[in-house]
Amino acid sequence: MTDITDIKLSNAQIAWRAAQDIEDGAYVNLGIGFPELVARFQPEDRQAIFHSENGVLDFGPAPPEGEENWDCINAGKKAITIKPGTSFFHQADSFAMVRGGHLDLAILGAYEVAQSGDLANWSTGRGGVPAVGGAMDLVQSAKRVAVLTDHVTRKGQPKLVAECALPLTGVRCVTRLYTSLATVDIVGGHFVLREKIPTISLENLQLVTGAPLHTDGPVVDLICPEALA
Amino acid sequence: MDKTIHAPAVAVSQIPDGATLMIGGFGGAGAPIELIHALIDHGAKDLTVINNNAGNGHVGLAALIEQKQVRKLICSFPRSADPVVFTEAYQAGEIELELVPQGTLAERIRAGGAGVPAFYTPTAYGTKLAEGKPQEEFEGRMYIRERWLKADFALIKGELGDPHGNLTYRMASRNFNPLMAMAATTTFAQVSRVVPLGGIDPEHVVTPGIFVSNVIEVADPAQEEELNRAKVVYP
Repeated sequence: MTDITDIKLSNAQIAWRAAQDIEDGAYVNLGIGFPELVARFQPEDRQAIFHSENGVLDFGPAPPEGEENWDCINAGKKAITIKPGTSFFHQADSFAMVRGGHLDLAILGAYEVAQSGDLANWSTGRGGVPAVGGAMDLVQSAKRVAVLTDHVTRKGQPKLVAECALPLTGVRCVTRLYTSLATVDIVGGHFVLREKIPTISLENLQLVTGAPLHTDGPVVDLICPEALA
Repeated sequence: MDKTIHAPAVAVSQIPDGATLMIGGFGGAGAPIELIHALIDHGAKDLTVINNNAGNGHVGLAALIEQKQVRKLICSFPRSADPVVFTEAYQAGEIELELVPQGTLAERIRAGGAGVPAFYTPTAYGTKLAEGKPQEEFEGRMYIRERWLKADFALIKGELGDPHGNLTYRMASRNFNPLMAMAATTTFAQVSRVVPLGGIDPEHVVTPGIFVSNVIEVADPAQEEELNRAKVVYP
């Protein structure tokens, strides 16, 4: 298997790439953890409105340590701040925004994504305490569902697969993947390669992908800011 | 009409063994710590608890679980910064878990409060959490049927309350609290301040008093995150 450790994008670079696709005025939910990074890389001439499913729209950055207000938190239970335009609402309204199709984009992490768009990201299936939160609501109802992920697992196994082996979060829901090696769309039950980092060949990228990578146009070089590497 | 009562203990002493209980909050925001701690002092056990989470550290809901008062938990996300109490009880088979997607949990509670016995949702379609649930197609898309959730009691936290039970909430502490207020037979609301009638602008009322049984003033309420930072263990 190809050694991709030295050439792959950092999480910050993957988040930066995802941020470039968010249009001005979009309503966006960022999953807990890695996807939260996307908010840092919004292009300056655009303003997305971020939704936090615990009941906040359009919030500000984390406060300095020691100035947290624990009634003002995001879905990751981290302290946030209000800003002009912030609104608070209860859980039924928050998920009416989700289920009702009012969110333009949800960005989540993944254990596995199948070429059909099936997503597994809530249970490793190995016991332990299962926890799902709002992921199943988000993936089934946001207009677009993007996944940020390493292209392979820590053990080097593909995360883009023919069929998910792990318990599903949602069926045929993912529309685009931003991975550590490539940008891939899901179209008609296929992975369609849009961009790849220039330091990997198409053949080697296919070797670390668990289902065929299709193309329906030019594959663009995926170039991210070096400073984020 | 005056729904104010003076102490959390007076409210929770009405809760019997085996009761089904909704407890407000998302993480520590909106968690009625003083009502939960009074319930621990009261000692009701064999409870079914509905909350988004499963407690954090050794205070609030985690402490209620640690005291072995909870038989079953209905929640969406039983993980936290310090989930050891629930995790150990779950792995020892001492507590039953019904895992519900967060939006479905919210809507089931809302439906319970609104008198709607069931509804269809696309959430969880095709997953393990939909197993055994009726499915139906609407406009070319598949949905699963979910049932309402109701409770004997709700313990919730507001910011201001008046003698009729009208409530406001502080920031994101609103979360499940207004829904749970609707869905329980008896709702106890702890508030940071009880104000006279007219003390809340009618346009600012979030939960109208019809959904609230009693209001208990707890000035300077404890916050779960701060208790955990100080490594508090209750009792």
